[in-house]
Amino acid sequence: MSHLLEVNHLQTHFKTPDGILRAVNGVSFTVDAGETLAIVGESGSGKSVTSMSILGLVSDPGKVVGGEILFEGKNLLRLTKKEYRNMRGKAISVIFQEPMTSLNPIFTVGFQISEVLRTHYKLNRKAAKQRAIEMLDTVGIANAEKVYARYPHQLSGGMRQRVMIAIALVCQPKLLIADEPTTALDVTIQAQILELIQKLAKEQNTGVILITHDLGVVAEMADKVAVMYGGEIVEHASVEQIFHRPSHPYTQGLLASLPKIHEDEQRLYSLPGTVPNLLESSEGCTFAPRCKFASEACLQSKPRLALQGEQHWVSCLKAEEVRG
Amino acid sequence: MKPLLEVKALTKQYPLPRKGFRKESGAVQAVSGVDLAVMPGETLGIVGESGCGKSTLGLMIARLLEPTAGQVLFEGKDLLKVEGDELRKARRDLQFVFQDPYSSLNPRMKVSEIIAEPMQIHGLYKGVELTKEVSRLLQAVGLSQQQGDRYPHEFSGGQRQRIGIARALSLNPKLIICDEPISALDVSIQAQILNLLKDLQAEYKLTYMFISHGLPSIRFISDRIAVMYLGRIVEIATKQQIFSSVKHPYTEALLQAVPIPDPSLRKKERIILRGELPNPANPPKGCAFHTRCPYATERCQQEQPQLIEVEAGHYAACHYPLDKRKEEGH
Repeated sequence: MSHLLEVNHLQTHFKTPDGILRAVNGVSFTVDAGETLAIVGESGSGKSVTSMSILGLVSDPGKVVGGEILFEGKNLLRLTKKEYRNMRGKAISVIFQEPMTSLNPIFTVGFQISEVLRTHYKLNRKAAKQRAIEMLDTVGIANAEKVYARYPHQLSGGMRQRVMIAIALVCQPKLLIADEPTTALDVTIQAQILELIQKLAKEQNTGVILITHDLGVVAEMADKVAVMYGGEIVEHASVEQIFHRPSHPYTQGLLASLPKIHEDEQRLYSLPGTVPNLLESSEGCTFAPRCKFASEACLQSKPRLALQGEQHWVSCLKAEEVRG
Repeated sequence: MKPLLEVKALTKQYPLPRKGFRKESGAVQAVSGVDLAVMPGETLGIVGESGCGKSTLGLMIARLLEPTAGQVLFEGKDLLKVEGDELRKARRDLQFVFQDPYSSLNPRMKVSEIIAEPMQIHGLYKGVELTKEVSRLLQAVGLSQQQGDRYPHEFSGGQRQRIGIARALSLNPKLIICDEPISALDVSIQAQILNLLKDLQAEYKLTYMFISHGLPSIRFISDRIAVMYLGRIVEIATKQQIFSSVKHPYTEALLQAVPIPDPSLRKKERIILRGELPNPANPPKGCAFHTRCPYATERCQQEQPQLIEVEAGHYAACHYPLDKRKEEGH
């Protein structure tokens, strides 16, 4: 069976005055219909650039320089600008982190939802409005008809994110990319929004790529997880495997460094050092300078993702030792 | 033991712009009537969602923001009554670590200058001694002496937060107010800073007020925890009490809303709070939380609950604190 989305060896680079920045450096993964893949990583790990590459939104000085992105078997990198535009918002949608800056402040939210329908389905004004109001209702906005005529600044952060979800899902996309959808929200509102995304994606059998730095959100939402570090996927497995048998030292370190809400601890485990500089291409493993397992070999040759169990991919020379 | 810091009925109002000529303009109560005490050597965590008044509270205690009413007693002295030189002296004992390590360091000053400035202002050290003191502070927060010659932009977020902490430490304060000191940092760096704060506390016998929206980090660092909602403290107790026998329904919901990094704990049934924070310019009558509270009764709509001692050392502002409710079969 072919996958809904198949990304192979994606490379996205940025030209900077200081050299080439390898933001995404040979990333591969798949997403099936109805499945949620979480891409998790810290700032600069390349998770957002990966999603922008899929959406065809990487702009100068960035460029997708290698690999392929197969959506329903078709390589998105070969699409013309116009073909891409017809695809975005219809077959592939996105929810961004900041609902204030991703909505247009000078149009009503209703207009912004119906615009999608009028563009992609050529609906007339009345039909589009009808459908937009239904959609506002679906995303849990009370008084949908009134809210239809409001401007983004009149709504709270949680409401705006609901409007973003309405815009993203009104065309029933096959793939939804949610890029830090709840990072700007309070925890009680976050819980509402995550529940909503999960419910709607299930109903429409949407494939979801959830991009986040919050491992708690990953554990609640994901079926599969890809952990990114320095522009590469270092571990890729089912959500249970990632949390219960983490096999890359970075994944382990990240999990161990989280303060626990159910335990009292005297000290947190902390990874030494900081995230790598992507301008320098390293011979060896990008994580080696921060890794307590690292040996000479790790500094010399780059590890590749290798199977370490059923559907459990790890990019580490010492994966077996790490796993213990 | 006497408290190091006592806050009494502290209030901050922001007047609203007038509408028309006659109408009363009204005011937003950012913080209304907060009472609390911090004992020497302890860490009081203040937790709440955006707009609950936790940062306003911290800024008022440091007098970086003028309160509308109330008292801030630091070692028994009312900080709101002192001015000029006396205030400057009082502030030596009370320092602040800010959330954003990018905007809270002067980009035109070298790191060593940033750390030396408070000591120069207070005339604590000069010349060689000052240099020595700066390198001691750099070391205390895990930076090298050479790094003192660089400018803030050359450092990562976590390192900048270390610089901010060194600056706060430079006057040898008794109390440090940390306002969301790790929210802007990456996950793996947050643990480094939390550990550092704990180490420094032990070494310098510091007292902390740690303001954050993240319950897991609050649990790690705090001895006692105060939960704020819409400008008021709704629950305050020791960490153990909050996590083992929560009394206020808002705290309960907050605890349940935190996503746990363990997929086997995916909760099928949990309380997800409906609705959003009410408008602070027009707060609900009675208990401010009644509009979202799953247990609210008529009484909650009418009568505002006071913060009362439900168990020894455990205060909650709720007509029906959670344990009692179970006993009474509500």
